[in-house]
Amino acid sequence: MKIVACIKRVPTTDAQTRVAGGTALDSGSFQYMTSFYDEIAVEEAIRTREAHEGEVTVVTIGPSEASKELRECIAKGADRGVILTDADWSGRDCLSTARALAAQLEELAPQIVFMGKVATDRDNAAVGPMVATMLGWSCVTNVVDLELSDGAGKAKRETEHGIETHEFTLPAVITCDKGLNEPRYAGLKGIMAAKKKPLDELACAAPESQVTVCELTLPAPRAEGRIVGEGVEAVPALIDALRNEAQVL
Amino acid sequence: MGPFRPLDFLELEEELSEDQRMVRDAIRAWVSERFLPGIADHFEAGEFPLDQVGELAELGVFGPSLPERYGCAGLDDVSYGLICQELERGDSGLRSFCSVQGSLVMWPIHAFGSEEQKEYWLPRLAAGEAIGCFGLTEPDHGSNPGGMQTRAVRDGDEWVLDGRKMWITNGTCCHLALVWARCEDTIRGFLVPAQTPGFSAPEQKHKWSLRASTTSELVLEGVRLPADAMLPDARGLKGPLSCLTQARYGIAWGAIGAALACFDEALQYSRERIVFDRPLAGFQLAQQKFAHMATRITLAQLAALRVGRLKQAGKMTPAQVSLIKRNNVEMALETARTVRDMLGANGISLEYQTGRHMCNLESVFTYEGTHDIHTLALGHELTGISAYR
Repeated sequence: MKIVACIKRVPTTDAQTRVAGGTALDSGSFQYMTSFYDEIAVEEAIRTREAHEGEVTVVTIGPSEASKELRECIAKGADRGVILTDADWSGRDCLSTARALAAQLEELAPQIVFMGKVATDRDNAAVGPMVATMLGWSCVTNVVDLELSDGAGKAKRETEHGIETHEFTLPAVITCDKGLNEPRYAGLKGIMAAKKKPLDELACAAPESQVTVCELTLPAPRAEGRIVGEGVEAVPALIDALRNEAQVL
Repeated sequence: MGPFRPLDFLELEEELSEDQRMVRDAIRAWVSERFLPGIADHFEAGEFPLDQVGELAELGVFGPSLPERYGCAGLDDVSYGLICQELERGDSGLRSFCSVQGSLVMWPIHAFGSEEQKEYWLPRLAAGEAIGCFGLTEPDHGSNPGGMQTRAVRDGDEWVLDGRKMWITNGTCCHLALVWARCEDTIRGFLVPAQTPGFSAPEQKHKWSLRASTTSELVLEGVRLPADAMLPDARGLKGPLSCLTQARYGIAWGAIGAALACFDEALQYSRERIVFDRPLAGFQLAQQKFAHMATRITLAQLAALRVGRLKQAGKMTPAQVSLIKRNNVEMALETARTVRDMLGANGISLEYQTGRHMCNLESVFTYEGTHDIHTLALGHELTGISAYR
């Protein structure tokens, strides 16, 4: 089975955020990691290969430095990596990103593609369903349980109303949610073996973005807390503040 | 506490290859996510988390520099140092477990063992299916192992071992003990499976240091071993001492990990802790401590990296290892004591890491060549005159 996992490199969770130029974050001091849900996608891709044989290719759009994240995926067990090199990777809109990925996926012709349900930096949750739509493939989002058999699959997704179970045909794009699996760590033998596996850089065939960020402002700093009193005596003042100031009661 | 932010004042990150960073980051992530949440309880209970041995083997931390054909990763020596650093950032007991398994059991089997011994034991030890221990120190012979009283006597096709060893990490939980014993002519190493009649390893209790590590006595009473249980290529004290050089190299890196953990804890704490209406970090006494600790940690990092590169080039000497073991462990112990003080009363709580590191480092200061013995080893190297006798 040909399997692809698509990942995005995102700033580490402890990154200090500052706006530069009014429309983007100052990435000068950023360090990067694979987006949390994409790690679940890579793990599911490797587990799928372990159960059904085949090959796992990990694809990303980004700079050459994204080799770090791809090597980590390969060290965990993926067979090869592809970077679609793109100077504008961090500013590209969802549609443009999806078109570039769809073109690459058409070439790779996998039976199944795994992506995270959302990238933890931009929070759009759009690329997976867009890619599936462009390719005319099945798509199930926010998957927490997956079974695959010949040419078809069954996936569970959690919604606010309950757990939906979907049946789908392959090829398919699956976006992965927390709970689908527990991503493994890259072992030291895997890290050594990763050096011998292919990691290709290809030109990114992405059209211009149709949506651009015109302004970026950081959230207002949280107002300082206020102590209204101590013990039981403070309860009336607290209720008053919750009712009249915060207006939550 | 926020996420761990290790000090890298001289941007040594740039000196590491992508593979070395990946190795370090893999171990760092495992320690943060899988090991640290449980360590305070294990320390308090006085037990090593044996249920995590499988995960450690899966990561590949047992004998990571040994060749791939024995189930190991074949890593370079700086990577091995970084692994020790990250493990000891978790706990000295964790790093000790891996040092013993890799440097003191697997390394000598690889260096001095027969091909049969290597093929039988190394894959099992790498996979964590077998746990090893290293029996050199005796109740009356610590810094002077040449005085050992454990004897191996040849009886037909067999060796018969009698004696006692003390302060042996992993003794009680081991499947294999590498025991050093005096024969007629010289000191030799023997591979003793733990189930051999006459071998026992009672645990040494009531420690207040390395509590998350098993420390044992080894008792050998008429232990009969086949002739091929002896390591064929180790003769004399040079055998065990060369193992210790390997382990001490890892300790010198490990101590940096413990110091980085304490330093980071102090920095995070003192920025948030308000005293006299200001953050503790803003006081001159605190800043003097930070400047001193950061300088010492940075110089220790530089020294370890340099010796790592010498080791990789096959040029490292035992005296160089004495210098970094002596310096880096003392630096880490001083750092831990300083941070314990800076944390105030919180410093004695296991809710914070530093007190645990401080207690552990007292053992690390003493084991694998005490601070004083390394002082004398350096004195001997520099002057050409031995002060031992």
